[in-house]
Amino acid sequence: MFPLERRVTVVCGHYGVGKTNLSINLAIDSARQGESPVLVDMDVVNPYFRSADYSRWLSEKGVRVVGPNFANTNLDTPSMPGEVAGAIDEGERVIIDAGGDDAGATVIGTYASRISAADPDVLYVVNRYRSLTTRPEEAVQILREIEGASRLKATAIANNSHLKQRTEESTILGSLPFADAVSDATGLPIRLTAVPRALNLFNNVRNIYPVDVYVRAPWE
Amino acid sequence: MSMAERVLMKGNEAIAEAAIAAGCRHFFGYPITPQTEVAAYMSKRMPKIGGIYLQGESEVASINMVLGAGAAGVRVMTSTSSPGISLMAEGISYIAGSDVPCLIVNVQRGGPGLGGIQPSQADYCQATKASGHGDFHMLVFAPSTVQEMVDLVAGAFELGDKYRMPAMILSDGMLGQMMEPVTLPEPRDMRDDKEWAARGHDGKRAHNVINSLYINPQELESLVKARYEKYAVIVENEQRAEEYLADDADIIVVAFGASSRVSRSAVDMARKSGIKAGLVRPITLWPFPEKFLAKHAGHAKTFLSVEMSMGQMVDDVRLAIKCSRPVEFYGRTGGVIPTPKEVYDAIVRINGGGQR
Repeated sequence: MFPLERRVTVVCGHYGVGKTNLSINLAIDSARQGESPVLVDMDVVNPYFRSADYSRWLSEKGVRVVGPNFANTNLDTPSMPGEVAGAIDEGERVIIDAGGDDAGATVIGTYASRISAADPDVLYVVNRYRSLTTRPEEAVQILREIEGASRLKATAIANNSHLKQRTEESTILGSLPFADAVSDATGLPIRLTAVPRALNLFNNVRNIYPVDVYVRAPWE
Repeated sequence: MSMAERVLMKGNEAIAEAAIAAGCRHFFGYPITPQTEVAAYMSKRMPKIGGIYLQGESEVASINMVLGAGAAGVRVMTSTSSPGISLMAEGISYIAGSDVPCLIVNVQRGGPGLGGIQPSQADYCQATKASGHGDFHMLVFAPSTVQEMVDLVAGAFELGDKYRMPAMILSDGMLGQMMEPVTLPEPRDMRDDKEWAARGHDGKRAHNVINSLYINPQELESLVKARYEKYAVIVENEQRAEEYLADDADIIVVAFGASSRVSRSAVDMARKSGIKAGLVRPITLWPFPEKFLAKHAGHAKTFLSVEMSMGQMVDDVRLAIKCSRPVEFYGRTGGVIPTPKEVYDAIVRINGGGQR
Protein backbone atom coordinates (compact mmCIF):
# COMPACT_ATOMS: atom_id res chain seq x y z
CA MET A 1 0.00 0.00 0.00
CA PHE A 2 1.05 3.57 -0.70
CA PRO A 3 -0.37 5.68 2.12
CA LEU A 4 0.34 9.19 0.78
CA GLU A 5 -3.03 10.48 -0.33
CA ARG A 6 -2.29 14.20 -0.61
CA ARG A 7 0.49 16.27 -2.04
CA VAL A 8 1.54 17.43 1.44
CA THR A 9 1.71 15.11 4.45
CA VAL A 10 2.60 16.25 7.95
CA VAL A 11 3.96 13.59 10.33
CA CYS A 12 3.55 14.58 13.97
CA GLY A 13 3.36 12.88 17.36
CA HIS A 14 4.90 12.34 20.77
CA TYR A 15 8.70 12.30 21.13
CA GLY A 16 10.12 8.93 20.22
CA VAL A 17 7.08 7.27 18.64
CA GLY A 18 9.07 6.81 15.43
CA LYS A 19 8.12 9.85 13.32
CA THR A 20 11.48 10.12 11.61
CA ASN A 21 11.71 6.45 10.67
CA LEU A 22 8.15 6.55 9.31
CA SER A 23 8.82 9.79 7.42
CA ILE A 24 11.91 8.29 5.79
CA ASN A 25 9.92 5.22 4.75
CA LEU A 26 7.20 7.41 3.22
CA ALA A 27 9.78 9.50 1.35
CA ILE A 28 11.66 6.46 0.05
CA ASP A 29 8.42 4.85 -1.14
CA SER A 30 7.46 8.06 -2.90
CA ALA A 31 10.81 8.10 -4.68
CA ARG A 32 10.35 4.43 -5.63
CA GLN A 33 7.06 5.40 -7.27
CA GLY A 34 9.01 7.72 -9.52
CA GLU A 35 8.00 10.90 -7.69
CA SER A 36 10.33 13.66 -6.56
CA PRO A 37 9.72 13.82 -2.82
CA VAL A 38 10.90 16.52 -0.46
CA LEU A 39 11.39 15.54 3.17
CA VAL A 40 11.23 18.58 5.42
CA ASP A 41 12.92 18.07 8.80
CA MET A 42 11.13 20.60 11.03
CA ASP A 43 12.73 19.44 14.26
CA VAL A 44 14.66 22.40 15.64
CA VAL A 45 14.21 21.19 19.23
CA ASN A 46 16.03 17.89 19.48
CA PRO A 47 19.34 17.51 17.65
CA TYR A 48 19.44 13.69 17.97
CA PHE A 49 18.01 11.06 15.61
CA ARG A 50 16.44 13.37 13.04
CA SER A 51 15.89 13.26 9.28
CA ALA A 52 18.66 15.76 8.54
CA ASP A 53 21.16 13.13 9.77
CA TYR A 54 20.27 11.05 6.72
CA SER A 55 20.45 13.82 4.09
CA ARG A 56 23.23 12.46 1.95
CA TRP A 57 21.97 8.91 1.95
CA LEU A 58 18.43 10.06 1.17
CA SER A 59 19.55 12.26 -1.72
CA GLU A 60 21.18 9.21 -3.29
CA LYS A 61 17.76 7.57 -3.08
CA GLY A 62 16.09 10.49 -4.82
CA VAL A 63 14.76 12.25 -1.72
CA ARG A 64 15.55 15.93 -1.25
CA VAL A 65 15.93 16.82 2.43
CA VAL A 66 15.27 20.33 3.64
CA GLY A 67 16.46 20.68 7.22
CA PRO A 68 17.03 23.39 9.77
CA ASN A 69 19.68 25.94 8.86
CA PHE A 70 23.05 24.94 10.24
CA ALA A 71 21.88 21.49 11.40
CA ASN A 72 24.92 19.52 12.58
CA THR A 73 27.25 22.51 12.31
CA ASN A 74 28.95 24.63 14.94
CA LEU A 75 26.25 27.28 14.77
CA ASP A 76 23.56 26.59 17.36
CA THR A 77 20.83 28.64 15.69
CA PRO A 78 17.47 26.90 15.42
CA SER A 79 15.94 28.33 12.25
CA MET A 80 14.38 27.00 9.07
CA PRO A 81 15.60 27.96 5.58
CA GLY A 82 13.57 29.94 3.06
CA GLU A 83 13.24 26.96 0.75
CA VAL A 84 10.73 25.38 3.16
CA ALA A 85 8.00 27.72 1.89
CA GLY A 86 8.76 26.91 -1.74
CA ALA A 87 8.81 23.22 -1.00
CA ILE A 88 5.42 23.35 0.69
CA ASP A 89 3.89 25.44 -2.10
CA GLU A 90 5.37 23.66 -5.07
CA GLY A 91 6.85 20.30 -4.09
CA GLU A 92 5.45 17.39 -6.05
CA ARG A 93 5.29 15.30 -2.89
CA VAL A 94 6.08 16.85 0.47
CA ILE A 95 6.57 15.00 3.76
CA ILE A 96 7.03 17.17 6.82
CA ASP A 97 8.72 15.45 9.78
CA ALA A 98 7.74 17.45 12.85
CA GLY A 99 9.57 17.60 16.16
CA GLY A 100 8.07 15.79 19.11
CA ASP A 101 5.09 16.94 21.15
CA ASP A 102 3.68 20.48 21.10
CA ALA A 103 7.17 21.99 21.59
CA GLY A 104 8.43 20.29 18.45
CA ALA A 105 5.27 21.08 16.47
CA THR A 106 5.40 24.81 17.22
CA VAL A 107 7.61 25.46 14.19
CA ILE A 108 4.92 23.99 11.98
CA GLY A 109 2.55 26.63 13.30
CA THR A 110 4.69 29.23 11.52
CA TYR A 111 3.81 27.57 8.23
CA ALA A 112 0.25 26.61 9.21
CA SER A 113 -1.57 28.83 6.70
CA ARG A 114 0.70 27.66 3.87
CA ILE A 115 0.29 24.03 4.82
CA SER A 116 -3.48 24.40 5.24
CA ALA A 117 -3.73 25.97 1.78
CA ALA A 118 -2.30 22.74 0.37
CA ASP A 119 -5.16 20.74 1.95
CA PRO A 120 -2.70 18.42 3.70
CA ASP A 121 -2.84 15.05 5.29
CA VAL A 122 -1.81 15.41 8.94
CA LEU A 123 -0.82 12.02 10.28
CA TYR A 124 -0.78 11.67 14.05
CA VAL A 125 1.72 8.93 14.81
CA VAL A 126 0.98 6.73 17.82
CA ASN A 127 2.97 3.96 19.46
CA ARG A 128 1.13 1.95 22.05
CA TYR A 129 4.43 0.99 23.70
CA ARG A 130 5.92 4.46 24.00
CA SER A 131 6.20 5.55 27.60
CA LEU A 132 3.66 8.22 28.63
CA THR A 133 1.40 7.49 25.63
CA THR A 134 0.49 3.88 26.31
CA ARG A 135 -3.10 4.75 27.21
CA PRO A 136 -5.49 6.08 24.53
CA GLU A 137 -6.46 9.09 26.65
CA GLU A 138 -2.79 10.06 26.98
CA ALA A 139 -2.36 9.84 23.21
CA VAL A 140 -5.45 11.99 22.68
CA GLN A 141 -4.22 14.58 25.17
CA ILE A 142 -0.89 14.95 23.38
CA LEU A 143 -2.67 15.17 20.02
CA ARG A 144 -4.70 18.13 21.30
CA GLU A 145 -1.51 19.86 22.50
CA ILE A 146 0.15 19.29 19.13
CA GLU A 147 -2.90 20.58 17.26
CA GLY A 148 -2.85 23.71 19.37
CA ALA A 149 0.84 24.36 18.79
CA SER A 150 0.87 23.50 15.09
CA ARG A 151 -2.47 25.21 14.30
CA LEU A 152 -3.34 22.18 12.18
CA LYS A 153 -5.94 19.48 12.68
CA ALA A 154 -4.96 15.85 12.36
CA THR A 155 -6.66 14.04 9.49
CA ALA A 156 -5.67 10.46 10.25
CA ILE A 157 -3.81 8.20 12.65
CA ALA A 158 -0.65 6.31 11.78
CA ASN A 159 -0.27 3.32 14.10
CA ASN A 160 3.49 2.96 14.36
CA SER A 161 3.48 0.74 17.46
CA HIS A 162 6.72 -1.11 17.93
CA LEU A 163 9.30 -2.17 20.52
CA LYS A 164 12.35 -1.54 18.36
CA GLN A 165 14.40 -4.74 18.00
CA ARG A 166 11.88 -6.68 20.06
CA THR A 167 8.97 -6.02 17.72
CA GLU A 168 7.11 -9.27 17.03
CA GLU A 169 3.79 -10.15 15.46
CA SER A 170 2.16 -10.09 18.90
CA THR A 171 3.55 -6.57 19.42
CA ILE A 172 1.63 -5.31 16.40
CA LEU A 173 -1.53 -7.30 17.13
CA GLY A 174 -1.50 -6.06 20.73
CA SER A 175 -1.53 -2.47 19.53
CA LEU A 176 -4.66 -2.71 17.38
CA PRO A 177 -7.24 -2.17 20.15
CA PHE A 178 -5.22 0.84 21.34
CA ALA A 179 -5.18 2.38 17.86
CA ASP A 180 -8.90 1.69 17.50
CA ALA A 181 -9.56 3.42 20.83
CA VAL A 182 -7.59 6.51 19.74
CA SER A 183 -9.50 6.45 16.47
CA ASP A 184 -12.85 6.20 18.23
CA ALA A 185 -12.00 8.97 20.67
CA THR A 186 -10.85 11.36 17.95
CA GLY A 187 -13.06 10.32 15.05
CA LEU A 188 -9.93 9.99 12.89
CA PRO A 189 -9.45 7.03 10.54
CA ILE A 190 -6.40 4.78 10.87
CA ARG A 191 -4.50 5.50 7.70
CA LEU A 192 -1.84 2.87 8.21
CA THR A 193 -0.43 0.32 10.61
CA ALA A 194 3.32 0.18 10.18
CA VAL A 195 4.76 -3.33 10.33
CA PRO A 196 8.40 -4.37 9.95
CA ARG A 197 8.78 -5.84 6.49
CA ALA A 198 9.90 -9.21 7.85
CA LEU A 199 6.63 -9.81 9.70
CA ASN A 200 3.78 -11.36 7.74
CA LEU A 201 0.54 -9.96 9.09
CA PHE A 202 -1.27 -9.21 5.85
CA ASN A 203 -4.24 -11.36 6.83
CA ASN A 204 -4.57 -9.83 10.31
CA VAL A 205 -4.07 -6.11 9.90
CA ARG A 206 -5.98 -3.59 7.82
CA ASN A 207 -4.06 -0.83 6.03
CA ILE A 208 -0.79 -2.60 6.67
CA TYR A 209 2.26 -0.56 5.72
CA PRO A 210 5.52 -2.53 5.56
CA VAL A 211 8.43 -0.47 6.83
CA ASP A 212 12.19 -0.77 7.00
CA VAL A 213 14.21 0.35 10.02
CA TYR A 214 16.53 3.16 9.00
CA VAL A 215 17.01 4.97 12.31
CA ARG A 216 19.52 2.85 14.21
CA ALA A 217 22.19 3.05 16.90
CA PRO A 218 25.79 3.12 15.59
CA TRP A 219 26.45 -0.48 16.64
CA GLU A 220 23.31 -1.95 15.06
CA MET B 1 1.05 2.43 32.93
CA SER B 2 1.35 -1.12 34.16
CA MET B 3 4.83 -1.57 35.54
CA ALA B 4 5.34 -5.17 34.48
CA GLU B 5 4.95 -4.58 30.76
CA ARG B 6 7.56 -3.52 28.30
CA VAL B 7 7.60 0.09 27.14
CA LEU B 8 9.89 2.12 24.93
CA MET B 9 11.90 4.70 26.81
CA LYS B 10 14.78 7.01 26.18
CA GLY B 11 17.68 6.41 28.53
CA ASN B 12 17.10 9.78 30.16
CA GLU B 13 13.42 9.07 30.80
CA ALA B 14 14.27 5.62 32.13
CA ILE B 15 16.66 7.12 34.68
CA ALA B 16 13.92 9.41 35.94
CA GLU B 17 11.20 6.77 36.13
CA ALA B 18 13.56 4.25 37.74
CA ALA B 19 14.50 6.79 40.40
CA ILE B 20 10.83 7.39 41.16
CA ALA B 21 10.27 3.63 41.39
CA ALA B 22 13.21 3.47 43.81
CA GLY B 23 11.45 5.92 46.12
CA CYS B 24 13.19 9.13 45.06
CA ARG B 25 10.83 12.06 45.60
CA HIS B 26 13.34 14.92 45.51
CA PHE B 27 15.01 16.18 42.34
CA PHE B 28 17.13 19.30 42.12
CA GLY B 29 18.88 20.24 38.91
CA TYR B 30 19.60 22.60 36.11
CA PRO B 31 18.96 21.84 32.42
CA ILE B 32 21.80 20.98 30.06
CA THR B 33 21.89 19.01 26.82
CA PRO B 34 21.95 16.00 26.46
CA GLN B 35 20.33 15.21 29.81
CA THR B 36 17.49 17.73 29.88
CA GLU B 37 14.85 14.99 29.44
CA VAL B 38 15.66 13.76 32.96
CA ALA B 39 14.72 17.13 34.45
CA ALA B 40 11.81 17.64 32.04
CA TYR B 41 10.40 14.23 32.93
CA MET B 42 10.80 14.87 36.65
CA SER B 43 9.14 18.27 36.36
CA LYS B 44 6.04 16.56 34.99
CA ARG B 45 6.00 13.47 37.21
CA MET B 46 7.07 14.74 40.64
CA PRO B 47 4.10 17.06 41.24
CA LYS B 48 1.72 14.18 40.42
CA ILE B 49 3.19 11.84 43.06
CA GLY B 50 3.76 14.27 45.90
CA GLY B 51 7.43 14.75 45.10
CA ILE B 52 9.61 17.82 44.75
CA TYR B 53 11.05 19.02 41.47
CA LEU B 54 13.06 22.19 41.80
CA GLN B 55 15.19 23.86 39.15
CA GLY B 56 18.01 25.57 40.98
CA GLU B 57 19.44 28.82 39.71
CA SER B 58 22.59 26.88 38.82
CA GLU B 59 24.31 23.53 39.21
CA VAL B 60 26.06 24.90 42.29
CA ALA B 61 22.74 25.64 43.98
CA SER B 62 21.24 22.34 42.87
CA ILE B 63 23.97 20.12 44.29
CA ASN B 64 23.80 21.96 47.62
CA MET B 65 20.04 21.34 47.69
CA VAL B 66 20.88 17.67 47.15
CA LEU B 67 23.21 17.83 50.15
CA GLY B 68 20.47 19.35 52.29
CA ALA B 69 17.78 16.85 51.29
CA GLY B 70 20.19 13.92 51.58
CA ALA B 71 21.20 15.09 55.06
CA ALA B 72 17.53 14.92 56.01
CA GLY B 73 17.58 11.27 55.01
CA VAL B 74 15.41 11.24 51.88
CA ARG B 75 16.30 9.68 48.57
CA VAL B 76 17.45 12.57 46.43
CA MET B 77 19.07 13.01 43.05
CA THR B 78 20.39 15.48 40.54
CA SER B 79 21.24 15.10 36.91
CA THR B 80 23.50 17.05 34.59
CA SER B 81 26.02 16.72 31.81
CA SER B 82 29.77 17.12 31.86
CA PRO B 83 30.24 20.90 32.39
CA GLY B 84 27.55 20.72 35.06
CA ILE B 85 29.51 18.13 37.01
CA SER B 86 32.51 20.45 37.01
CA LEU B 87 30.31 23.13 38.55
CA MET B 88 29.01 20.63 41.13
CA ALA B 89 32.48 19.47 42.15
CA GLU B 90 32.59 21.43 45.39
CA GLY B 91 29.16 20.21 46.47
CA ILE B 92 29.99 16.60 45.61
CA SER B 93 33.05 16.82 47.84
CA TYR B 94 30.96 18.30 50.66
CA ILE B 95 28.45 15.45 50.25
CA ALA B 96 31.20 12.83 50.41
CA GLY B 97 32.79 14.62 53.37
CA SER B 98 29.44 14.65 55.14
CA ASP B 99 28.74 10.95 54.48
CA VAL B 100 25.47 11.76 52.77
CA PRO B 101 24.02 9.38 50.17
CA CYS B 102 22.55 10.71 46.92
CA LEU B 103 22.36 9.91 43.23
CA ILE B 104 24.22 12.05 40.72
CA VAL B 105 23.67 11.42 37.01
CA ASN B 106 26.20 12.51 34.41
CA VAL B 107 25.02 12.16 30.80
CA GLN B 108 28.42 12.89 29.30
CA ARG B 109 29.04 15.13 26.31
CA GLY B 110 32.21 16.04 24.46
CA GLY B 111 34.73 18.26 26.23
CA PRO B 112 36.77 20.02 27.44
CA GLY B 113 35.16 23.38 28.00
CA LEU B 114 31.70 23.94 26.61
CA GLY B 115 32.74 21.17 24.21
CA GLY B 116 29.86 19.71 22.25
CA ILE B 117 26.56 17.96 22.76
CA GLN B 118 27.36 14.59 21.26
CA PRO B 119 28.21 11.55 23.40
CA SER B 120 31.53 11.16 25.19
CA GLN B 121 33.21 9.18 27.95
CA ALA B 122 35.90 11.73 28.69
CA ASP B 123 34.70 12.29 32.26
CA TYR B 124 35.97 8.86 33.37
CA CYS B 125 38.88 10.23 35.37
CA GLN B 126 36.74 12.97 36.85
CA ALA B 127 34.09 10.49 37.96
CA THR B 128 36.42 7.83 39.34
CA LYS B 129 39.33 9.84 40.70
CA ALA B 130 38.69 13.55 41.01
CA SER B 131 35.04 14.55 41.20
CA GLY B 132 35.96 17.13 43.82
CA HIS B 133 38.73 18.20 46.17
CA GLY B 134 40.04 16.07 48.98
CA ASP B 135 40.38 12.36 49.72
CA PHE B 136 37.18 10.59 48.74
CA HIS B 137 35.45 8.29 46.29
CA MET B 138 31.96 7.86 45.06
CA LEU B 139 30.29 4.77 43.65
CA VAL B 140 30.26 4.99 39.85
CA PHE B 141 28.01 2.81 37.70
CA ALA B 142 28.19 2.57 33.91
CA PRO B 143 25.03 1.23 32.26
CA SER B 144 25.21 0.10 28.64
CA THR B 145 21.52 -0.39 27.85
CA VAL B 146 18.38 1.48 28.78
CA GLN B 147 17.22 -1.52 30.82
CA GLU B 148 20.50 -1.54 32.72
CA MET B 149 20.03 2.18 33.33
CA VAL B 150 16.82 1.29 35.16
CA ASP B 151 18.44 -1.53 37.13
CA LEU B 152 21.52 0.45 38.14
CA VAL B 153 19.56 3.47 39.33
CA ALA B 154 17.89 1.24 41.92
CA GLY B 155 21.22 -0.36 42.80
CA ALA B 156 22.96 3.00 43.11
CA PHE B 157 20.38 4.26 45.60
CA GLU B 158 20.65 1.02 47.61
CA LEU B 159 24.45 1.00 47.80
CA GLY B 160 24.62 4.74 48.39
CA ASP B 161 22.34 4.31 51.40
CA LYS B 162 24.20 1.21 52.57
CA TYR B 163 27.59 2.91 52.57
CA ARG B 164 26.37 6.47 53.21
CA MET B 165 28.07 7.96 50.19
CA PRO B 166 27.22 9.59 46.86
CA ALA B 167 26.66 7.34 43.85
CA MET B 168 26.94 8.32 40.20
CA ILE B 169 25.35 6.93 37.07
CA LEU B 170 27.91 7.69 34.35
CA SER B 171 25.87 7.70 31.16
CA ASP B 172 26.50 9.44 27.86
CA GLY B 173 24.53 11.33 25.23
CA MET B 174 24.01 8.19 23.18
CA LEU B 175 22.51 6.12 25.98
CA GLY B 176 20.54 9.10 27.21
CA GLN B 177 18.94 9.89 23.87
CA MET B 178 18.43 6.41 22.40
CA MET B 179 15.29 4.40 22.95
CA GLU B 180 15.02 0.77 23.91
CA PRO B 181 12.32 -1.45 25.38
CA VAL B 182 12.42 -1.63 29.17
CA THR B 183 10.54 -3.28 31.97
CA LEU B 184 10.19 -1.03 34.98
CA PRO B 185 10.34 -2.43 38.50
CA GLU B 186 7.45 -2.32 40.93
CA PRO B 187 7.62 0.95 42.87
CA ARG B 188 9.16 0.66 46.32
CA ASP B 189 8.49 2.63 49.44
CA MET B 190 11.11 5.08 50.58
CA ARG B 191 13.48 3.90 53.27
CA ASP B 192 12.74 5.97 56.27
CA ASP B 193 15.05 4.44 58.81
CA LYS B 194 18.24 6.47 58.59
CA GLU B 195 19.20 6.92 62.20
CA TRP B 196 21.95 9.39 61.34
CA ALA B 197 19.68 11.76 59.40
CA ALA B 198 19.06 15.32 60.57
CA ARG B 199 15.30 15.51 60.36
CA GLY B 200 14.11 16.52 63.80
CA HIS B 201 14.48 14.57 67.02
CA ASP B 202 11.42 15.71 68.96
CA GLY B 203 13.60 16.11 72.04
CA LYS B 204 13.90 12.32 72.27
CA ARG B 205 17.52 11.83 71.32
CA ALA B 206 20.74 13.78 70.84
CA HIS B 207 20.71 15.75 67.62
CA ASN B 208 22.50 14.43 64.56
CA VAL B 209 25.21 16.54 62.95
CA ILE B 210 25.87 16.49 59.22
CA ASN B 211 29.08 18.37 58.57
CA SER B 212 32.29 18.32 56.57
CA LEU B 213 34.20 21.04 58.43
CA TYR B 214 36.84 19.79 60.91
CA ILE B 215 39.40 22.34 61.99
CA ASN B 216 41.30 19.82 64.09
CA PRO B 217 43.59 17.93 61.67
CA GLN B 218 43.80 14.77 63.78
CA GLU B 219 40.04 14.51 63.90
CA LEU B 220 39.76 15.11 60.14
CA GLU B 221 42.47 12.55 59.43
CA SER B 222 40.78 9.88 61.51
CA LEU B 223 37.44 10.53 59.77
CA VAL B 224 39.06 10.26 56.34
CA LYS B 225 40.88 7.08 57.37
CA ALA B 226 37.65 5.53 58.61
CA ARG B 227 36.09 6.39 55.26
CA TYR B 228 38.96 4.68 53.45
CA GLU B 229 38.43 1.53 55.51
CA LYS B 230 34.87 1.57 54.21
CA TYR B 231 36.18 2.07 50.67
CA ALA B 232 38.38 -1.01 51.08
CA VAL B 233 35.30 -3.07 51.94
CA ILE B 234 33.57 -1.71 48.84
CA VAL B 235 36.54 -2.51 46.62
CA GLU B 236 36.48 -6.05 47.99
CA ASN B 237 32.74 -6.64 47.69
CA GLU B 238 31.12 -4.43 45.08
CA GLN B 239 33.10 -4.84 41.86
CA ARG B 240 30.81 -5.66 38.95
CA ALA B 241 31.50 -6.46 35.32
CA GLU B 242 30.06 -8.47 32.47
CA GLU B 243 32.26 -10.94 30.63
CA TYR B 244 31.47 -11.87 27.04
CA LEU B 245 33.40 -14.63 25.23
CA ALA B 246 36.29 -13.81 27.55
CA ASP B 247 37.23 -17.21 28.99
CA ASP B 248 39.28 -18.42 26.02
CA ALA B 249 40.10 -15.02 24.55
CA ASP B 250 43.53 -14.06 23.26
CA ILE B 251 42.48 -10.43 23.07
CA ILE B 252 40.34 -8.93 25.81
CA VAL B 253 38.54 -5.77 24.83
CA VAL B 254 37.67 -3.60 27.83
CA ALA B 255 34.90 -1.09 27.32
CA PHE B 256 31.96 0.35 29.24
CA GLY B 257 28.73 2.15 28.33
CA ALA B 258 28.11 3.05 24.68
CA SER B 259 31.59 2.02 23.56
CA SER B 260 30.95 -1.47 24.99
CA ARG B 261 27.97 -1.82 22.64
CA VAL B 262 30.26 -1.01 19.72
CA SER B 263 32.97 -3.31 21.10
CA ARG B 264 30.60 -6.25 21.48
CA SER B 265 29.74 -6.00 17.78
CA ALA B 266 33.47 -5.81 16.99
CA VAL B 267 34.18 -8.91 19.12
CA ASP B 268 31.49 -10.79 17.19
CA MET B 269 33.10 -9.72 13.92
CA ALA B 270 36.51 -10.85 15.18
CA ARG B 271 35.18 -14.25 16.29
CA LYS B 272 33.63 -14.74 12.82
CA SER B 273 37.03 -14.18 11.25
CA GLY B 274 38.68 -16.65 13.61
CA ILE B 275 40.24 -14.24 16.10
CA LYS B 276 39.65 -15.22 19.71
CA ALA B 277 38.47 -11.88 21.04
CA GLY B 278 36.40 -11.33 24.16
CA LEU B 279 34.91 -8.44 26.10
CA VAL B 280 35.07 -7.43 29.73
CA ARG B 281 32.56 -4.67 30.35
CA PRO B 282 32.99 -2.80 33.64
CA ILE B 283 29.61 -2.09 35.24
CA THR B 284 31.17 -0.43 38.28
CA LEU B 285 33.88 2.06 37.35
CA TRP B 286 34.57 2.76 40.99
CA PRO B 287 35.26 0.32 42.41
CA PHE B 288 37.05 -0.65 39.21
CA PRO B 289 36.42 -4.36 38.47
CA GLU B 290 40.09 -5.34 38.60
CA LYS B 291 39.26 -8.90 39.67
CA PHE B 292 37.37 -9.45 36.42
CA LEU B 293 40.42 -8.36 34.43
CA ALA B 294 43.12 -10.01 36.53
CA LYS B 295 41.50 -13.44 36.10
CA HIS B 296 42.02 -13.20 32.32
CA ALA B 297 45.63 -12.01 32.49
CA GLY B 298 46.81 -15.62 32.44
CA HIS B 299 45.38 -16.61 29.07
CA ALA B 300 44.93 -13.32 27.25
CA LYS B 301 47.88 -12.12 25.20
CA THR B 302 46.76 -8.51 24.91
CA PHE B 303 44.16 -6.17 26.37
CA LEU B 304 42.51 -3.40 24.36
CA SER B 305 40.79 -0.51 26.10
CA VAL B 306 38.14 1.08 23.86
CA GLU B 307 36.88 4.45 25.04
CA MET B 308 35.14 7.56 23.79
CA SER B 309 38.04 9.65 25.08
CA MET B 310 41.77 10.01 24.52
CA GLY B 311 42.38 7.10 26.91
CA GLN B 312 41.44 7.44 30.58
CA MET B 313 40.39 3.96 31.74
CA VAL B 314 43.37 2.38 29.99
CA ASP B 315 45.67 3.05 32.97
CA ASP B 316 43.25 1.32 35.33
CA VAL B 317 43.31 -1.71 33.04
CA ARG B 318 47.13 -1.72 33.23
CA LEU B 319 47.00 -1.53 37.03
CA ALA B 320 44.34 -4.24 37.27
CA ILE B 321 46.57 -6.74 35.46
CA LYS B 322 49.71 -5.28 37.04
CA CYS B 323 51.13 -4.57 33.57
CA SER B 324 51.56 -8.32 33.02
CA ARG B 325 50.29 -8.01 29.44
CA PRO B 326 50.40 -5.21 26.87
CA VAL B 327 47.39 -2.90 27.14
CA GLU B 328 46.54 -1.14 23.88
CA PHE B 329 44.11 1.69 23.37
CA TYR B 330 41.62 2.68 20.71
CA GLY B 331 39.36 5.69 21.11
CA ARG B 332 37.45 8.49 19.46
CA THR B 333 36.66 11.68 21.27
CA GLY B 334 34.88 15.03 21.02
CA GLY B 335 31.48 13.40 20.54
CA VAL B 336 32.49 10.83 17.93
CA ILE B 337 31.37 7.24 18.50
CA PRO B 338 33.74 4.59 17.15
CA THR B 339 32.22 2.20 14.63
CA PRO B 340 32.32 -1.59 15.12
CA LYS B 341 34.55 -1.76 12.04
CA GLU B 342 37.10 0.63 13.55
CA VAL B 343 37.31 -1.43 16.74
CA TYR B 344 37.45 -4.64 14.71
CA ASP B 345 40.35 -3.22 12.70
CA ALA B 346 42.14 -2.39 15.96
CA ILE B 347 41.63 -6.00 17.13
CA VAL B 348 43.01 -7.30 13.83
CA ARG B 349 46.07 -5.04 14.11
CA ILE B 350 46.74 -6.24 17.65
CA ASN B 351 46.21 -9.85 16.64
CA GLY B 352 48.90 -9.48 13.99
CA GLY B 353 51.19 -7.87 16.54
CA GLY B 354 50.54 -10.70 18.99
CA GLN B 355 51.96 -13.25 16.53
CA ARG B 356 55.35 -11.60 16.30
